[in-house]
Amino acid sequence: MAEKQQDNEVEIEEEFFRRRRARSYAIAAILLGLVVLFYVVTIVKLGPGILDRPF
Amino acid sequence: MSDTSVDISGETTAASGFGEVADYFALLKPRVMSLVVFTALVGLVVAPGSMHPIMAFTSLLCIAIGAGASGALNMWYESDIDAKMSRTAGRPIPSGRISRQEALAFAMPLAIGSVLVLGTLVNWVAAALLAFTILFYVLVYTVWLKRITPQNIVIGGAAGALPPVVGWAAATGTVSLESLVLFAIIFIWTPPHFWALALYRSGDYARAGIPMMPVVAGEKSTKKQMLIYAALLAPIGVLPWMMGFAGIIYGVLSGILGLVFLGFAWRVFVSDTGKSTTVAARRLFTCSLFYLFLIFAILLGEQVFGLETMTVGF
Repeated sequence: MAEKQQDNEVEIEEEFFRRRRARSYAIAAILLGLVVLFYVVTIVKLGPGILDRPF
Repeated sequence: MSDTSVDISGETTAASGFGEVADYFALLKPRVMSLVVFTALVGLVVAPGSMHPIMAFTSLLCIAIGAGASGALNMWYESDIDAKMSRTAGRPIPSGRISRQEALAFAMPLAIGSVLVLGTLVNWVAAALLAFTILFYVLVYTVWLKRITPQNIVIGGAAGALPPVVGWAAATGTVSLESLVLFAIIFIWTPPHFWALALYRSGDYARAGIPMMPVVAGEKSTKKQMLIYAALLAPIGVLPWMMGFAGIIYGVLSGILGLVFLGFAWRVFVSDTGKSTTVAARRLFTCSLFYLFLIFAILLGEQVFGLETMTVGF
């Protein structure tokens, strides 16, 4: 009985970590998407002027 | 697998950290979000001038996320009444897959972030309108009106009607009379759409204590008001053509669609109480979804194919 309960707890813990990992990947993908979006919009807004700046 | 418990108030409480990515996505009300994105896209495309596709994509993304955040905040605040209605009991919070705190922590950064990104990357007029839309939906509709007045969806409908105005503002940086006409179409469309749903779900709303029109004023009064709104919607739907920012194809089709909508509202009005009303209300609800989609799709189609300047006789 105790063994079965322990198995169940391990299963729940594994599921918890699986879901947390999936959420972490989703957050990473969103942050990466945001970085790409800001980069692309910067290029679009500055256009050819991106190379025309004082050093 | 949702490890849930029931607290003393009878509300289901979720175990922290068990939400799936799909549950968080469901918090954004993706179906509502798709309609918001579509109407905002039309506002953006119909607006005069041109917009870089990347900027248009950015605008729509921010509007979609802002709308999703509003939906999540709505679910956070309304989890108690969602649990009492069969239509909403399976949502992530009442079903115990996500806790209220998690939903709030998820929604707030999205709401603030969508406004800041839209303002920074596109323009601040559109960002201010998006912020107003989110605040109006959450504070005015969800927190204030929904539980106290049968006019909840009439006034609250303004939030759902604003996306094309936000789209127009994203493209032009201004709010114009034309964008307000698009607002008016959705605003007048909202009461018969939601009251049709409320007519065949009135038991649900009564159980949850939400004063929807059929629950408070009764079926007969609701049907009469729906007919009035449908009669107002028919001419308002044709206004884009009359004001010259839509072509004759839109003018004719929007007129026909308005009459069809009015016909379905009439069928509800003359239906007997009971099953007959349920059937007629379900049909009107489906018709209303098609009406709004087609009205905006025709506007979009005319712009895409350059037919908006077409007049009678060519």
